[in-house]
Amino acid sequence: MSKLGIFTKGLIKDNPTFVLVLGMCPTLGTTTSALNGAGMGLATTFVLLLSNMVISAVAGLIPDKVRIPAYIVIIAAFVTILEMLMKAYVPSLYATLGLFIPLIVVNCIVLGRAEAFANKNGVVDSALDGLGIGLGFTCSLTVLGLVREILGSGSAFGWKFIPADADGILAFVLAPGAFIALGYLMVLFRKIVLKK
Amino acid sequence: MAKQSTFTNMVLCLFVVCLVCSGLLAGVHTLTASAIAQAEQNKKEQAVAAVLPEFDNSPLNESISFSFNGEDCVVYPAQKDGSLIGYAIQSDAVGFGGKIALMVGISADGRIFGTSTLSQAETPGLGAKITSDAKFIGQWKDIDAASFRFAVKKDGGDVDAITASTITSRAYTKAVQKAYEIFKSIPR
Repeated sequence: MSKLGIFTKGLIKDNPTFVLVLGMCPTLGTTTSALNGAGMGLATTFVLLLSNMVISAVAGLIPDKVRIPAYIVIIAAFVTILEMLMKAYVPSLYATLGLFIPLIVVNCIVLGRAEAFANKNGVVDSALDGLGIGLGFTCSLTVLGLVREILGSGSAFGWKFIPADADGILAFVLAPGAFIALGYLMVLFRKIVLKK
Repeated sequence: MAKQSTFTNMVLCLFVVCLVCSGLLAGVHTLTASAIAQAEQNKKEQAVAAVLPEFDNSPLNESISFSFNGEDCVVYPAQKDGSLIGYAIQSDAVGFGGKIALMVGISADGRIFGTSTLSQAETPGLGAKITSDAKFIGQWKDIDAASFRFAVKKDGGDVDAITASTITSRAYTKAVQKAYEIFKSIPR
C-alpha cells in the first residue's frame, strides 16, 4: 500500500467511528460540542501517533506472550504525559475533558492499531497509520459534536445563533441524542461517502 | 516478528518497559509540576477576585485553615486599607454528576457578595448552566445571608432554580449555605 494510502484509509475506508465503530465511549461522552469533540480527537491522535511509533520500533524485542501488557504500559505512559501537559498548559480544555483523558488508555482504537498494524509494520508507516486514524477520529467527533451542538444548544463552535436565553433541543446534548445523531451520521456516511 | 517467550525474557521485558515508562513519567512530572501548580493558583486567584469587592492584600497567601464539622476548610480573608472587608470561602456539595466546588465571597458583615464555580461535572446544556446562566448566577449577588431562605422555590425557598436542573440548583444552594455556615464559624 502506498504511503498516502496508509494515511487516507483512516479518514474514509477505515474511519474508526463510522466504519470500524470503535471507541464509542469517548465518542458518545465528549461530543456535546464541536470543540469538545475536536479536543478529544486531537488528544487521542497524539497518543495514537506516539504509541504506534514506539510500539512498531520495539515490537521485535517483546516476547509474544507479554506483548499486550507491554503495549498497555507504553500507551498508559503516553496518556499520563498528555494528561500532565494538558493540566499544565490548557487547564480549561482539561476541565471539560478531564474524565475522558485517562480513559484513552483503554480506547480500543489505540490498542487495536498497535495489534493490527504497528507491530507488523515500520515506524514511518505506523506513524502515518496513527495520524490517519487519529485525524479520522477527530473529524468524526467534530462533525458529531457540531450536529449535537447545533441541534442541542443552538450554537456552532461556541458561537450562539439563537437568542441567548432560548434553549435548543436538549435531548441532543444528553446521551440519547448522541446515539440518535451518531446513527443518522453513520447512515449518511455509508450512503454518501462509501456509496453503499 | 515477536520473539519466542521464555520466563526470563518475559520478566526482563516487562521490567524494562515499566522502568523506562516510569522514568519518562517522572521526567515529565518534574517539567510540568510547577506549571500545573501555577495554573491551579491562577484559577483560584481569578475565582477569589470574582467573588469579592476590590481588595489590596493577597488573600491566597493569608489563608486561615480550621476544622468545620470534622472537615478541614480554608478561607481567604480580603483586606482593604488594613481593614477586613470579607472572606472568599471554598465550599462544595454533591450535584447531579458529582461534586460541585464553589468559591463564595462573603463580606465581613455577612452579606454574600458573589459566587463562582471552581469545578463541576453537571450535564452540559442543563446543570452545567450554573457556570454560564446570567440569571442564575446574578441572583447570588449581594444577598443578606441571615434572612435568605436557602432552598429552591419549589422547596419553599428564595432560589430560582435552572429549568430542568433542580438537583443541580439544590446542590449549588447547599454549597452556598455551607459557605455561610463556615463563615459563621471562622475563628476570630
